[in-house]
This record gives sequence, C-alpha cells and structure tokens, in this order.
Amino acid sequence: MNTYSLMFAGVGGQGSLLIAEITSLAAVSAGYDTKQTEVHGVSQRGGSVETHVRFDQVAKVHSPIITPGEAFAVIGLEKLEALRFAHYVDPKNGTIFINDHELIPASVADAEKIYPHETVEYLKSMGLRVIVLPASKMARDLGDGRMANVVLLGALSTILPIPQDLWEKTIKLRIPAKYLEGNLKAYQAGKEMMS
Amino acid sequence: MLFAAEQFHEHGGTMREFLLGNEAIARGAWEAGVKFVSGYPGTPSTEIIETLAMRFPETNPRWSANEKVAFEEGMGAAIGGLRVLVTMKHVGLNVAADAFMVFPYSGTNGGFVVISADDPGMHSSQNEQDNRYLARVGKVPVLEPSDAQECHDFMIAGLELSEQFKSPVMLRTTTRLAHHKGLVEVGERREVEKKEFVRDAKRFSVPIYRLIRRPEVEKTLNALTAYAETCSFNRMEHNDNKSIGVVTSGIAYQYVKEVMPNAGVLRLGMTFPLPANLLREFCSQYETVYVIEEGEPFIEEYMRNLEIANLKGKEIFGLIGEYSPGRLRSALALGDPPKPFTEQVNLIPRPPMMCVGCGHRTVFAALKQLKVTVSGDIGCYTMGALPPYEAEHTTFCMGASIGVAVGLEQAGHEDTVAIIGDSTFIHSGIPPLIDAVYNKSHLTLVILDNSATGMTGSQQNPASGKNLLGEETPKLNLEAFCRATGVGSVEVVDTWQRKEIVNTIRRAIAYKGPSVVIARGPCNQLPEIKKRHVIPFIVEEELCTKCDACFKVWCPAITRTEQNFPVIAANECTSCTVCAQVCPTDAIKLAEAFA
Repeated sequence: MNTYSLMFAGVGGQGSLLIAEITSLAAVSAGYDTKQTEVHGVSQRGGSVETHVRFDQVAKVHSPIITPGEAFAVIGLEKLEALRFAHYVDPKNGTIFINDHELIPASVADAEKIYPHETVEYLKSMGLRVIVLPASKMARDLGDGRMANVVLLGALSTILPIPQDLWEKTIKLRIPAKYLEGNLKAYQAGKEMMS
Repeated sequence: MLFAAEQFHEHGGTMREFLLGNEAIARGAWEAGVKFVSGYPGTPSTEIIETLAMRFPETNPRWSANEKVAFEEGMGAAIGGLRVLVTMKHVGLNVAADAFMVFPYSGTNGGFVVISADDPGMHSSQNEQDNRYLARVGKVPVLEPSDAQECHDFMIAGLELSEQFKSPVMLRTTTRLAHHKGLVEVGERREVEKKEFVRDAKRFSVPIYRLIRRPEVEKTLNALTAYAETCSFNRMEHNDNKSIGVVTSGIAYQYVKEVMPNAGVLRLGMTFPLPANLLREFCSQYETVYVIEEGEPFIEEYMRNLEIANLKGKEIFGLIGEYSPGRLRSALALGDPPKPFTEQVNLIPRPPMMCVGCGHRTVFAALKQLKVTVSGDIGCYTMGALPPYEAEHTTFCMGASIGVAVGLEQAGHEDTVAIIGDSTFIHSGIPPLIDAVYNKSHLTLVILDNSATGMTGSQQNPASGKNLLGEETPKLNLEAFCRATGVGSVEVVDTWQRKEIVNTIRRAIAYKGPSVVIARGPCNQLPEIKKRHVIPFIVEEELCTKCDACFKVWCPAITRTEQNFPVIAANECTSCTVCAQVCPTDAIKLAEAFA
C-alpha cells in the first residue's frame, strides 16, 4: 500500500483547508495521483472542519474519503478537533500532530468546564504517537497567530515523501505576496521543531 | 473558497488541473461551447456558477431569482438554439419541477443539461431526496459521474446526448462528488454553432397540441433505453473470479474499487433509463451481485422488478446517509473501523454558529424576549432554532415561513412571527405575502435584509444591487415592494440597534393587519464588507463589573481573560456595537476612543 492518507482537522477560519490544499498540490507536483475532500456543516465559520487528503506514489487513488484507522497523519489545529478525528490515525504507523491550542466552543453550555483539556495525555495513554507543537504561540512570536496552520504544515512536510523545493514552490503559489515572508518563516519553524 | 486553478502540463501535451467536481463541471461546460448558464445558489452545487463567473464568463452565467426561473430561462435559451447549463441543489429541482416535467414534451433544440446536486447525509439540506425518481417521472435521462474527471467528461457528453435525442439531460451529482478534488485532463473551448429556432406551436405550445407530443415522449424514451444498452457511460469490468459482482453508480464506484478490488463491476454512468439486457447479462455471470448506490434503491428496485434473484443491496448497506469505504467494509463484514474516542474523554460537539457581528443575532434575541412563535425559513437564520436563542420553531422549505405563519394564525396561534431572508423572500416569499394580504391575515413578517444569499457564501441577489459578475443592477426596493402588495405597516430598522428591533417588532405584532419589519444591515462575509477598515471595540477593565451582560450577546469574538474579564478579539471584531449597547457601565468602547 503506497497510499498516504492525511486528515486535517480544525475550526472554521483556522486555515486547515489551506494547508490541506497546499499538501495536495505539492503531491500533484511530485507526480502522485491525489484526491482531496472537505466536510463541513452549514456555517461559514466557527464549526468543526475536516479535510481528507490522499495521494499515492504508484497507483490511482479511488476514494477521496479516509477510513478511520488508516491515516498516516492526523493534523489537529486545535485540541478538541484533534481528538474528534484522532481515531482516523493508523494506530501502528501513524502520527497525530496537535497544535497546543484550545478553542472553547461558544455555543455549548459550560463548555469551559467540560472541554477535554487532557486530550494529549489521553491519546498518548492509548499508545498513539502524538507530537504536540506550540504552533499558535510560535506563529504569534513570528508576528501573526493565524500562521499556526503553516507551522504544522512545516512539521508534517518532514515525514512525507514530497521533495522540499515543491513544498516551498506550492506555498509561494498559494499564499498572497504580502503574507508570504511570514508564512515561509512559519513553515521553516515547523520543520525545525521536527529536526 | 475558490482559488484560481493550477495547471500541470504533461509530456505529450496533455494538460491537467486539480479541480473540485463542481469546477470540473464548469470547465466541461466551457469547453463544450455553452453560451447560457443559470441557477440559484444551493449546497452542493454553488461552485459551478461561481467558477464560470470567475474563469469562464463567456459562458454567460447568472444567478436567477429561483430555480424555476433559472430552468425556464435555460429552456428558452436552449430552444432558441444555444448550449445551456442550469444548476441547482436537489430541492431546487422541486421548485423547477413544473418546467422540468413539461420540457420533454417539446424536447430541446440546443443541448440542455440540468445539474441536480443531491445531498446524502443532509450536510446542508432539509431532506435526503434522490432526484433520480424525479427524472423517471419526467422521463429525463440521468448521468452519474464517479469522479472529477467524469464530472468534466459527462458534462460535455451530456450536451451531445441532449442534442442527439433532443431531450433535456440531468447530471446528478452528490455532495462528495461535487466537493472532492481530483486531477482532470482538460481541453480547450470549442465554439458550437447556434441552432435555428423555428416557430412551431405544435411543438412548443398549448395543451391541445400536447396530445400530439405525448407519443413522442415515449418514442424518445424508448430510443434512450436502447441506447443505454450499448452506450459508453455504462461499463463492465469483469473478473475471473465469478463469486462476487457489483452493480454501482456515482462516487460509490470509487469505494467499491477500493474495498472490493477483486469483484467484477458493472458501473452505470447512465442510471435512467436503465439497460435491462445488460443488467441481466452481467448478473448471470456472478454467483452473488451487490447493488451499491448512494441514496434510494433506484437501480436495485429496477433489478428486482426484472426478477434477478441473486441480489443484495440496501438490506446490508443501508438507506440513510453518505456511503464511505469504511461503511462498505462494515456491511461486508470485512472489519469495523475504529470508532471516535468518546469513552474516557468528553468529545463535546462544536455546532455551527452565526458569525461574529452577524446582524441576525439581535433579531433572535428580540424574538426570544417577546416569547412569540416563530415560523422560520431557509438560510443562516435556521441557526436561530439552536441554543442560545431557540427562537425558531418551524423550518420546512424555501418561502414556507409566510404560508405556515398564516396557517398557524388560522389555527389560533395569533402570536406567530414569520422570519425570512432577502434572498429567500425573493426566491419564493412573494406569492405567500400577496396571499396573506389578499386573505386578510394579520401576518407579522420580519425580513432579514443583509443584501446577500448568505448561507451558500454571500452570493449576489436582486436585493444586492449587483449581479453575479459584479455589475451594478437595479436594487429591489423591498419596502416599496411590500407596500405595493397592500401591507399596511412596513418599517425598516438597523439590524444592530437591539432596543429598536424589539420595539419595532412589538409594534408590528400589535398592528391590526399584515405588517412587515425589514431588519437591514449587510452580511459581514460580503467581500466589500470584509475589506473595509474596522475600529474594534475593547473592554476597559477598570469600568467592568464582570456582570456578564456582554457574554449574553453570544458573540464568538468575546472570550474571558484569566481574571474573568471579557476580552474582544481585535482581529475578529466587526464593530457592530451590540456588546457596547448592552454594557450597563459603558466599559466597552471603540479602541480609538479609549486611546
């Protein structure tokens, strides 16, 4: 099986779709058959958003949807959303990347009290490979907290078989010029966290 | 969000793009020389027309007032000789059904394809309806692509099929097909000569001539049925192992290829009319045949009527919701995928909510305060039914708020207020408003006028003053229009003035006769609103008494500091002023004033 299945999870507005899209296009540039799909509810913002990306170095990709238990990586831009999609990870060979960041759902009663703050410890106790990154903090230190998504993309890029130059080329294509410099730094910072 | 497509050039000159199913349909329509496109926004169909407007305006795309109008404009353009595409979501075809059902009686001139974007799983819909049944009633052929490449290819082939049989063609997509991306080999635009329109009342007009046309409908259908037996839309992929065969269509074909790589497959790309002989021949070669189709057992029922015995279908794969490879694996007893981690941790939901600064909030706060029964409609404001407001008590279909309110009034529930958005009002709220006046109702109607079709992504509509291509058009004057229908009391109020909203709705309810309140303020997701310079509000902690009144505005931009003071996210605040209006100690101020 040469199919790489990646699950990007976040809250609407965090930019999980953007880094999924960059990953897909980088994989396409590398010559791999690729499919992507996004699942979201009716709202434009604030709801849970999941994006599935699958690429294959040899064969054709059939389903755009990932089956729970087969993801090579789950990329959670927020703790609760990482937990919501953590069961998609391949328990043997997969990795869960989690941004050390909590967004309390405003529309749930007593959400602050019942929020699963212990997500990381719990997933580790289940024997899963979890990598926690302070992506939001790192992005803020680089000047804009919204770049947390690209910090995670940098970390993810280190475990995927896509050449480095294609990542940078695709980021340059997708990110508007005035945000590019900061985002390239965010991407580098994410990569360095994994070295 | 739509991006400009990236192109990938290959050896040998082929060009590929990484496209959404909907973008691939748009690209196909452009390549096939389409010269007229109409539709009404509806998930999961909306991106087709958005892509055409952005990348291929020479296809002459537009948003119409509703799907029936879109379909009728398309019919006119097609009998007038152009190649035409009309797009809508599954329930949109209900609105257009009057035209859809009668078009086959005259047949078309230029190629005519209507997109029916079905939504298994109801990700963004009020029901889970399988429109292949509507096509059968209307005797309209149905094509079902199974990936983005086929979305593109079937769009082009559908127009050719339409011209070959002079029949309208339905291209049925589903949410996953419309909203997945894949690589698509693309081509260039080919201009198609306009066909001649001949005035022919016996073909295009009046019911008495329909008796002449009636047998023609059957002749066309018979010809299409013969065509279905041999057409390239339907494809057999045999396997030496003859134990399991699968009959499938749409995106489910991809799941079958993944989960059952060793099965023989009959992939039906044309699912109405169905090929009886082909199905019998395929099934005779396999011990067991699974029928795997998203939605209703449309193919399966047909096969059971053919008395094909060795079938398994909905009884194991289920009827409701979207299919997936995991679901097929479970159904075939190939192993159950892991379930979400819910046992030791609290996997709380994150339900959708109104945006920061949304002008609907004040209206729902007022309706909750007034304790009235609220007859709702289709739009972002269906979220008014959810906590914290829980102030929308019925929602059925486009425009239903008004008729349902009139009916509730007749049943003795005189405290009912109907609520509808500007786009939905234009779509199908106008006849019921005229009816309410005509039948002497005491209807109270609130029109949430945000100058946009918000839920599908803030598209333009006749109340925006702009069309799809961004050109200025006359802006529908909603208040003058409502007065012209005979509504006695029409008041316009700034949607962010919370006290005025309450008082205005209260006056409207007390008014003896039909009344309309227009709560006005632009949708914050409109590009021109997003771009404007905003001075955010901030909390002056020295004045704050931590009374929590501002939290009751339920604005997602307001959170707590560690010391339990409210704090407003500066980069999210839209400066709507509502939190400042509720603050009893004036602790919430414009950032500028504070400095």
